[in-house]
Amino acid sequence: MARKHKRNIVPFGPQHPVLPEPIHLDLVLDDEKVVGVIPSVGFIHRGLEGLVEKWDFKEMVYVAERTCGICSFQHGMGYCEAVEQIMNIEVPPRAKYLRTIWGETSRLHSHLLWLGLMADAFGFESLFYQCWRIREKILDLIELSTGGRVIFSVNQIGGVLKDMDAEMLKHFLDVLAEVETEVREIQKTFMLDYTVQSRTVGVGVMTKRQIHACGSVGPFARASGFKVDMRKLGYEAYPDLDFEPVISNDGDCYARCDVRIREIFQSIDLIRQAAAKIPDGELAIKVKGNPDGECFARIEQPRGEAIYYVRGTGKKFVNRMRIRTPTFANLPGLCEMLKNADYADVPLMILTIDPCISCTER
Amino acid sequence: MAHFFSFAKTALKNLFSKPATTAYPDAPVDYPARSRGHIDIDIDQCISCSLCVRNCPTECLAVDKNAGTWTINRFDCIVCGYCTVNCPKHCLKVVKGYQQPGPEKKAVTYQKSPEVMAAEKAKKAALAKKKAEALKKAQAAKEAQAQQKEGD
Repeated sequence: MARKHKRNIVPFGPQHPVLPEPIHLDLVLDDEKVVGVIPSVGFIHRGLEGLVEKWDFKEMVYVAERTCGICSFQHGMGYCEAVEQIMNIEVPPRAKYLRTIWGETSRLHSHLLWLGLMADAFGFESLFYQCWRIREKILDLIELSTGGRVIFSVNQIGGVLKDMDAEMLKHFLDVLAEVETEVREIQKTFMLDYTVQSRTVGVGVMTKRQIHACGSVGPFARASGFKVDMRKLGYEAYPDLDFEPVISNDGDCYARCDVRIREIFQSIDLIRQAAAKIPDGELAIKVKGNPDGECFARIEQPRGEAIYYVRGTGKKFVNRMRIRTPTFANLPGLCEMLKNADYADVPLMILTIDPCISCTER
Repeated sequence: MAHFFSFAKTALKNLFSKPATTAYPDAPVDYPARSRGHIDIDIDQCISCSLCVRNCPTECLAVDKNAGTWTINRFDCIVCGYCTVNCPKHCLKVVKGYQQPGPEKKAVTYQKSPEVMAAEKAKKAALAKKKAEALKKAQAAKEAQAQQKEGD
């Protein structure tokens, strides 16, 4: 007699060892195969967008950068970009280069954090500690140049608050050279190790068509051959720097890992280029008046494209601020990817979109 | 092609190298000069303008102009440094050293020195006197002008 399969719903999260932040997924299982996913978010909503009624447009920079602990600098920068575009403020070139350097440094620390979590998800704890040991050097650089390890607090409307002298830039490049060597060493384990490959190759494959249909962004989309990178739009100092978006065509967990590792080398290269080309000059210009108008700013965060919408009415307090974060855009792609997956691969596959739920819920 | 033992070199290297961590708190930490530890004030330079209070995102500051005090609740302060940006006398600065944990949220009050308070009081009195004299002078001139007008 044929065995009758019964569908079960298994709750996944919000508390789960693989999740750094809370998201709840109801997995519809047919035996050991996932046939449907029902996500639910809303465990850490903080109402940051509503704070525009309480804090004026200059103070909101500090609120915006507290949206997320990993891409804090990029959140502050995205908000500043939007307000600067409304007010037609031309940021001094040196400030643009400094923002680019700090932005890429935050991408480095985000990707190294993700690599560590990835290693932990497939049970390779010593590799996890190696990734985080390397990340510690990046955090030290951030603390040296901005004063904070997580929250940078160096952005302001019209420029930046702190400068980096030639000696500090040289120290940056020296440390980054060490980091590059060490990442090349662990790259071998991630890319070539038999055990690691058995967990990542051919798992969670997303085709280019599926990525397009789900509107996915960032390394998740680029790993499926979708050449989309907001840095190519030319904000800050990116038009002066020579780079091409890192892509892969396989679309599986291995390809996502590969794209992120190659992006680490790309970020190091971008910092080198920016440090070589950085011009002298002032750090910020004085801002007069209040924002009147509306603007969409699109920036490339470590996890993908983030959109900032700001609407001002000529008053000190902006009328509306809205952030669309990369994880929000990647959730439909995640649900699509999990269909027909093995139940045992679910934690690893969730991690490959690099979920940041605090960003998503704001 | 898949490799076996690709991590062995790193693992062996770690086995014979120094630990990456330090024995904190026995080994003290050397924070960089820009470290955002806490907000410090040169209270005698403060003019009690309250711009820091108005701009603080967490409302952790309080200024009493008459008593010459500046109060900060360090447990509420997020050390964003926005008060230092807005201080017209640059008497606020972000310095090294994090706030130690404690059982309750305590505020710290800084008091201007008696000499500075006395000097400020004298300056205020001199200013008031000067203002009164100027007012008196202007009134006298106005009266003289009116008398002259009547005479004409």
